[in-house]
Amino acid sequence: MSDSAHPVVHPAPTTFIRKWVFSTDHKIIGIQYYFLALIAVFTGLALSVLMRLRLAWPAESWPWLEKIFPLGFEGGVMSPEFYLAMLTMHGTIMVFFVLTTAPQGGFGNYFLPIQIGAHDMAFPVLNMLSFWVTFLSMGVMFAAFFVAGGAPISGWTAYAPLSALGEVAGPGLGSGQDLWIISIALFCVASLLGALNFITTVLNMRAKGMSLMKMPLTVWTWFTTAILALLSFPVLLAAGILLLLDRIGGTSFFIPAGLVVSDTVIESSGGSPILWQHLFWFFGHPEVYIAILPGMGVTSQLLATFARKPVFGYHAMVVAIFAIGMLGFFVWGHHMFVSGLSPFSALVFSILTLAIGVPSAIKTFNWLGTLWGGKIRLTTAMLFAIGFVSLFVSGGITGLFLGQTSVDVQLHDTYFPVAHFHMIMGVAAIFGILGATYYWFPKMFGRMLHEGLGKLHFWLTFAGVNAIFIPMHLMGIMGQLRRYAESTEFKFMEPLQPYQEFVTIAVFVTAAAQLLFLVNFFWGMFKGKKATENPWEATTLEWITASPPPHDNFGGRELVVHHGAYEYGVPGAPRDYVMQTDPPLESGK
Amino acid sequence: MPVAIAPPEVKPPTDKGDLVPESGGPGGGSGSDRRSDRWGDGGGRRLRPDSYQLGMWLALASISMMFIGFSSAYILGQGTNSQWRAMAAPPFVWINTVILLASSLSLELARRAAVASELKRWMTVTCLLGAAFLVGQLWIWRLLADQGIYLSGNPHSSFFYLLTGVHGVHLLGGVAGLAYLTARAWSSAARIPARASLNVTALYWHFMDGLWIYLLVLLFFWR
Repeated sequence: MSDSAHPVVHPAPTTFIRKWVFSTDHKIIGIQYYFLALIAVFTGLALSVLMRLRLAWPAESWPWLEKIFPLGFEGGVMSPEFYLAMLTMHGTIMVFFVLTTAPQGGFGNYFLPIQIGAHDMAFPVLNMLSFWVTFLSMGVMFAAFFVAGGAPISGWTAYAPLSALGEVAGPGLGSGQDLWIISIALFCVASLLGALNFITTVLNMRAKGMSLMKMPLTVWTWFTTAILALLSFPVLLAAGILLLLDRIGGTSFFIPAGLVVSDTVIESSGGSPILWQHLFWFFGHPEVYIAILPGMGVTSQLLATFARKPVFGYHAMVVAIFAIGMLGFFVWGHHMFVSGLSPFSALVFSILTLAIGVPSAIKTFNWLGTLWGGKIRLTTAMLFAIGFVSLFVSGGITGLFLGQTSVDVQLHDTYFPVAHFHMIMGVAAIFGILGATYYWFPKMFGRMLHEGLGKLHFWLTFAGVNAIFIPMHLMGIMGQLRRYAESTEFKFMEPLQPYQEFVTIAVFVTAAAQLLFLVNFFWGMFKGKKATENPWEATTLEWITASPPPHDNFGGRELVVHHGAYEYGVPGAPRDYVMQTDPPLESGK
Repeated sequence: MPVAIAPPEVKPPTDKGDLVPESGGPGGGSGSDRRSDRWGDGGGRRLRPDSYQLGMWLALASISMMFIGFSSAYILGQGTNSQWRAMAAPPFVWINTVILLASSLSLELARRAAVASELKRWMTVTCLLGAAFLVGQLWIWRLLADQGIYLSGNPHSSFFYLLTGVHGVHLLGGVAGLAYLTARAWSSAARIPARASLNVTALYWHFMDGLWIYLLVLLFFWR
């Protein structure tokens, strides 16, 4: 009995709970992830606006903010501890609940099965669990704002021993830190469930004819990202368990002997704070690629679609994606150049780090090669894809500075790395998400977004982020230290205050521009122009089905894939694009 | 892929025709033969036979990474912490190891069982052995605590509690899975577990077995 002979019939769930809440439909789960990330990103943005207020006008009093945050804004001025709490939560929320969640959980969930011609994920129930555990994790994280002592102040990296000691080390390091660890542990579990589902789906659920080398590059990036998540999150989980035991079990895995905090000797049997850094960054560096790789896939997809050309060097792109992913596991030490690494291992980490420049350059070259001579259609999605390339270059090039031990010693803990990672891991990844949103919105919601509003959003955002982060690079070179709520107390940082004010104003403008996006998004959902099946004249499988797709994605159709993912402008083809399921062309290929 | 043993006497139409031997050939039956799908995504899922196996291997890769994380912490602590005092292995650990190995053996016997009654018997034995191991672990912890060896004591004892504890939690999940399959095998109305789920559980169980041996070597022989 062959199971592929029959078209698959999928009865759609009928009850509200099964259809929209505890849904096993990967499309609904994708949208759930997307909205979770949307809530998280605006929360994280609000926190950064508060921080910028403090940095630009440290002496200013904001009595109305005291009404909202009576503990953090005593006398209308943000306390340095509250600043650190904002910093910790901004980083944590953005890295975990936005950059990890939206590109992979959101778009990956929605489009990976469709793009390989599957009717769902390999394990739909696991998929549902994965979302709800993420949801729970976010709830626990947000709860940290409201417990006694408030949110933790140890940064998104939760460096030990600060994070391991409990309340004695500072406000927020009591229950707030506990909740932080529990939330991250839950997040790890959710990501693992998601990752094994993604990998199994790609390996086992592809439609007939969808060979690995016919897969869209988006699928390749989601697949590689899933491998990274599968192998790096468990190490963070292990670190989290050790940290929690240090806090509540009386162990001292990360607490060094003879530590004195606030005139109290901390009892310890001689742990190692550096161990936390090793374990954390073994996860933390792959995490950077978990955030950015899907954006690279989306960029390739968008550049090809809107330049009406095949992706230049598809195979090289696949190899580069994998190379970046795998090298990402061997460079964690570059976060620890000043933590006390042996010079030899620092050298090894440095060389491996710089080696990532090679596949990155291959990707950039190929993106430019894709654009070269194309019939470029400057849609909003395309603008964001080109913006991604721009940010990837300007954010990536500074990685070469920081990857060298001697330069890093000077720049470590200044605004320079802050600007670097925001540019590449933060903003470039966000541009990937936004590009994907403008591109796939018609498919997801059946309606078009407003192009004019979208373009305005793009230009304001693009100008805004550069206005924020270019000055921050300069401030870093001039010695501005990161994590300080107030830099005016230090003579050498005083002349940089005008920069702080400029950056804060740029943040206001950029943040306000995101409201345009929100308006466009919700207007588009209900009032946008109805979308056709294939509004962008693209080639991949999601564009052969209705917008939005039916419950089983292809309405019971059995797909046979004959073409690569990006066959644009093929000589002899009837149109300037050949969809993946189009019959083979007459003239051989 | 393990060869399913489907004895002729069970194969013909029978009231409990649900003893589902894996339809051996490649491209044969689907791994998920659940007819009713409680989650409403239809029964027509086109899982290739090895999806569950693949998913389990991936899960095991990820569990391995977690224990590699712990191991690196262990080796670092052992090498650099001057307060490190290795404790001797509690003798009962060896008995417990034998119990765990026996459970793997009985699970294999269940997996190779030719008839339903045999399968039920060996599944039950496996469950009991698994539970006995866990109880034994708790007992070992009690014994150590009586001797004044706690989680918060010496780094080595911290690691002992940590590693056996995390392993125990994973094993608890395995026992739950086995118990579920055994219960399904015993209840006359329900179907005897599908081969696919039995194979996947066995894979997990044997892995936990191997992991246990690895942990013992790390804790008591790695110097």
